[in-house]
Amino acid sequence: MNININNLRFTYPTGLEALKGINLTIDSGEQVAIVGQNGAGKTTLVRHFNGLLKPTTGSVSIGDWETTKHSTAKLASRVGYVFQNPDEQLFSRDVLTEVSFGPKNLGYAKEKIDELVKRALSLTELNDKTETNPYDLSPTWRKMVALASIIAMDTPSVIFDEPTTGQDAVNVGRIAHVIAELKKEGKTVITITHDIDFCAENFERVIALAKGQVLLDGAAREVLGQEEILAQTYVDPPQLTRLGKRLGLKETVTRQEEFISAIARRA
Amino acid sequence: MAFVTLQNVTYKYPLTEKPVLQNINLQIQEGEFVSVIGPNGAGKSTLCYALAGFVPHFFKGEISGEIEVDGKLSSKSTLDTWVLNVGLAFQNPFNQISGAKYTVFEEIAFGLENIGVPRDEMKKRVEDAMSLTGISELADRSPYSLSGGQQQRVALTSILVMRPRLLVLDEPTSQMDPIGTREVFGVVRKMAEEGMTVVMVEHKVEWIAEFADRVIALKEGQILMEGKPNEVLTSDLLTENGFGVSRYTSTAREAKKQGLWKKQNLPVTLDEAVEGFKK
Repeated sequence: MNININNLRFTYPTGLEALKGINLTIDSGEQVAIVGQNGAGKTTLVRHFNGLLKPTTGSVSIGDWETTKHSTAKLASRVGYVFQNPDEQLFSRDVLTEVSFGPKNLGYAKEKIDELVKRALSLTELNDKTETNPYDLSPTWRKMVALASIIAMDTPSVIFDEPTTGQDAVNVGRIAHVIAELKKEGKTVITITHDIDFCAENFERVIALAKGQVLLDGAAREVLGQEEILAQTYVDPPQLTRLGKRLGLKETVTRQEEFISAIARRA
Repeated sequence: MAFVTLQNVTYKYPLTEKPVLQNINLQIQEGEFVSVIGPNGAGKSTLCYALAGFVPHFFKGEISGEIEVDGKLSSKSTLDTWVLNVGLAFQNPFNQISGAKYTVFEEIAFGLENIGVPRDEMKKRVEDAMSLTGISELADRSPYSLSGGQQQRVALTSILVMRPRLLVLDEPTSQMDPIGTREVFGVVRKMAEEGMTVVMVEHKVEWIAEFADRVIALKEGQILMEGKPNEVLTSDLLTENGFGVSRYTSTAREAKKQGLWKKQNLPVTLDEAVEGFKK
């Protein structure tokens, strides 16, 4: 199910125009990272995908549904959204109830709910925490509960808003694993991130936003190699891309294996 | 004499069984920029709270050992005087913003109002601090209308404006864009050059190596390792214990196995990596 965004403009009630004419198509099953300066409009953009925000002008469609014609409750069956701050999302008294809430509301049969919840809990390694109150967990695990409760809804598209913020290396690895599994299942994954190395290692397509507009959009390697243009939206290329440039490598490298084979060829 | 001393500090929150900090011994010199790294749950935030006096004065719980800042003992002080010397920027800016102010400018002035700084001086200090952290254009916005990274800059600025002798920062760049992150490290370095003592919890190893004087690696409430950034951040001990390392370090370690990194020491920064990989 494609996501189509046509001439999307959005102005907050305060008068701040956060999105100034966005045109994008995200195909079913794509893994897309959205990067850009704080205040560029990244969160404002993705909150249009499940109808939390509606366009001031222009349109956003999820498959054949235009978001202005459907409620957020209904759009939730097509797009799952994991909040940047899990504390804005979690409210149940235990992890199991929290993770079951979404699929229950989507009206799935009991067996399917059980199966989806079980899979989401195991993917996020929460099996031993099902009876715990989410607020008794560390912020790290609360983040995983937020992820699990959206994954359990089994929506064709999933949005992660800065999933790696404040996470250690082990947990970033867990989140990368979740994204890889969703990809295998053919889900569309859209992730806002400031962690450019994580972005290079886990996403095929990168969209750079700047001041409410699309600055760059394309294959990760093409976008992440454009140092001067990315700097306009306060983004640095990945560490290995910068290193490759400084060493005068001809091709743009973003990942370890590419870098090492480029160095090996040179030697 | 050290500006900050922690002597055998062990601390347990009221409702937890295991101590979150165990026998921490630490000395920090005035004007030193120390970065604390560690996996989630290592006790990094608790260490920040202990330095800022929130542990134990606000959170209660059981503490033993002594925390001394600028010759004063935390155990013999109260929080209202302690915070005049020590400023803490919270990990989550949503938790720090007062909720009592309509604009960013007023939010940043809030602390100064509370200690009775004269109006003209207050205005100037707020303006200077906002210009230092690059948020002057946000002055009239509501703190709650800002993006995560912008809120984080406001939270940081509202502490900097107080000019604490000891600045404690708990992942101050976690929601910031990459170049903004580097700028904040630069601002903090500048503060240290001007004599402010800084303790900064961070995961962003590349910038720690560029800007900090010393790194403390914390795990399960104990100091696993401390030393110069390059020594600590390239140590095998860190990788074995689940700490994040820079891509320069992990890639050079892999390249070394294949004979493509010839130097003894592994790199943490871009310059070190360029130096080792160049033909």
